[in-house]
Amino acid sequence: MGFGIIVFLAVIIGVLGSPGVTSRPEAAASADVSAHPNSVPETPEIFGQEKVLVLEEVEEDVMMTGELNPNQYPAQRAAKVVQHYLNTCYGSPYRVIGLNRVHSGNAQDVTDSGRKFQLEISVQDFISNKTEKCSAEVFFPSGGQQRSPQVHASCEELPKINTQAQEEALYQKYKTNQSRLSAELPDSFGHIDPDMEPLWHLGTVASSFIMLNESTENTLYNMAQVANITQLATENEQLKFDYHILLHEMVSQEIIHWKLLFTWSPPAGVKVLQMEQLPHSHHHEPLNTR
Amino acid sequence: MNLKYNLLVGQDQGRPGARRVEMTPKCWMLRLFVLISSGLETSGGSGGGLQSTRSYDYTKYHPMDEIYRWMEDVERGNPELVSSAVYGHTVEGRNITLLKLGLDNSEGREKKLMWVDCGIHAREWIAPAFCQWFVKEIVHTYKTNEKLEQMLQNLDVYVTPVINVDGYTFTWANDSTRLWRKSRSLPLQGSNCYGVDLNRNFNANWGTVGVSFDSCANTYCGKSPGSEPEARAVMDFIGRRVNQTLCFLTIHSAGQLILLPYGHPEISAPNYNELVSVGEAAAAEMKKVHGMTYTVGTSPQILYPNSGSSRDWARLMGVPFSYTFELRDTGEFSHLLPEEQIQPACEEAYAGALSIITHVHDKTFSSAAVAAVTGVASASGVAVAILSTVVSALVTAGVSACD
Repeated sequence: MGFGIIVFLAVIIGVLGSPGVTSRPEAAASADVSAHPNSVPETPEIFGQEKVLVLEEVEEDVMMTGELNPNQYPAQRAAKVVQHYLNTCYGSPYRVIGLNRVHSGNAQDVTDSGRKFQLEISVQDFISNKTEKCSAEVFFPSGGQQRSPQVHASCEELPKINTQAQEEALYQKYKTNQSRLSAELPDSFGHIDPDMEPLWHLGTVASSFIMLNESTENTLYNMAQVANITQLATENEQLKFDYHILLHEMVSQEIIHWKLLFTWSPPAGVKVLQMEQLPHSHHHEPLNTR
Repeated sequence: MNLKYNLLVGQDQGRPGARRVEMTPKCWMLRLFVLISSGLETSGGSGGGLQSTRSYDYTKYHPMDEIYRWMEDVERGNPELVSSAVYGHTVEGRNITLLKLGLDNSEGREKKLMWVDCGIHAREWIAPAFCQWFVKEIVHTYKTNEKLEQMLQNLDVYVTPVINVDGYTFTWANDSTRLWRKSRSLPLQGSNCYGVDLNRNFNANWGTVGVSFDSCANTYCGKSPGSEPEARAVMDFIGRRVNQTLCFLTIHSAGQLILLPYGHPEISAPNYNELVSVGEAAAAEMKKVHGMTYTVGTSPQILYPNSGSSRDWARLMGVPFSYTFELRDTGEFSHLLPEEQIQPACEEAYAGALSIITHVHDKTFSSAAVAAVTGVASASGVAVAILSTVVSALVTAGVSACD
């Protein structure tokens, strides 16, 4: 009887214990590009052993419509759009908003028009570190024309911290200046001179106009770097800047160069005058000589 | 080799070839003395090699030549634990080097294998920084951490600090190259765009999803699976050792994610549930360190579909636990993570990696009694430490007389 149990256990362990994947041989050798990407592989053959019913490990599907999984990419991408929107509304050299968490989300198709997301999120002010909750709606229009998403959002208490004094001081500092300011914010090591931080924040806020404009359900934008800053003559009491910005688009993993002409003052906030996408630099790369 | 190095270390912090010493009889006697003592030194106590890894700044980003030199130092300073191997060459002919961390086991059992690689994507500087941190942490703690010591007796941990050496080197060239991602393979006929996305080039559902066939694109998957020598090197190395390989971790940035196989939305790993639970346990450990959230899931669920990744290839080959770590941050700095964040990012990543390695180890090996050798080793270690201090003092005095 005891021996029988040992044999039984050995068979079970032999069948279930091996971590090796014996399945999907056709998937492993896919030099054939025409292999159908949607082919669903067959149940694994366990060679030389008893076939045992193995409980199917069900992978969670990506929810695209209806109640969304807040950790999955559709809600996350839509929430990032809300972040960009909030920065265009409330951002300043002393207030930059980041997405903290998505609590819940819902998506619906709007017939012949686009897709609408409703989201409950938390955002964080990068400078004060305060977080707060927001309810938002994002509408991604469909159709040929590249139309920007439309966003509505209401947050608990934005803006929270009074940054007026700091903004005024910054404004006075740069009011009579006009020059190319050394940039690369941050530098290769992630460093930003504390004096330059407000101009880095200003870059993030101004970039948010571009990122908001360019966003779709298939993109996730962040500003990677301010490559260059030129301050132009102050006009109508507004500081005026020409920024060369590098955006990182996560899904394509591309770095996209933009030129941004914008103004800023404490009362008026950021106003973008011109945005222009620049060509990829690697198309003009000289051949390596090593 | 070892001895010459130890002789120089006391003077010049381990820079190879730093000083030449005149060979007088006094020198020969001193050398003999050092020869005997360093033979004892390497089996226990703190030696000059450990000193040089202690003086390396793990909270700064290092260019490739410093990383190569650091690997030599770590190996020389810890020969009982660390060995190195060059297992491939990049397009531009640079060595692809790994460090193997492991201890002899008394029974001479066949050891299992863990794989950790960093720097497949050139601009993700926190990843090579983490691989160096990971090695440092093991080197500095294994003697006082019984569990770690036991695991190293059962497993060899293979760490490649930088896989895409050409790309990484390119990101150090000047300000405009910092955000390069791919390898530095030569442009195709009619193009002037360099590089292949190495994490789309592995032989795992290659070319099916999440890739571009435009050689100028950042997700260009190459001309064929494994066409790139850097990806080929990993596939050849692990390919010969699949049966012993328990765990494959590939380190990237950014996004604060723990990705499990597969990148294809319609293909599931047979041990999906366990991969999720082990991943979530790791994320929980990571959160304890500095409160940062790491999200766990497949790439198509929480990031984007992709194919040809090293993680997918490893799982497909039969490695049961295969994960991509996407380290800090979530967009404020992205790939340009400030050096002040290297330490906290590495501390939490270490906790996560260790959590997975420990689970995989314990699942494979029964928790037998830890060797009682530990107690004996500490006592002899103290004796050797005293002896080596005495000898170092003599060496310092002696070598200056040889000039």
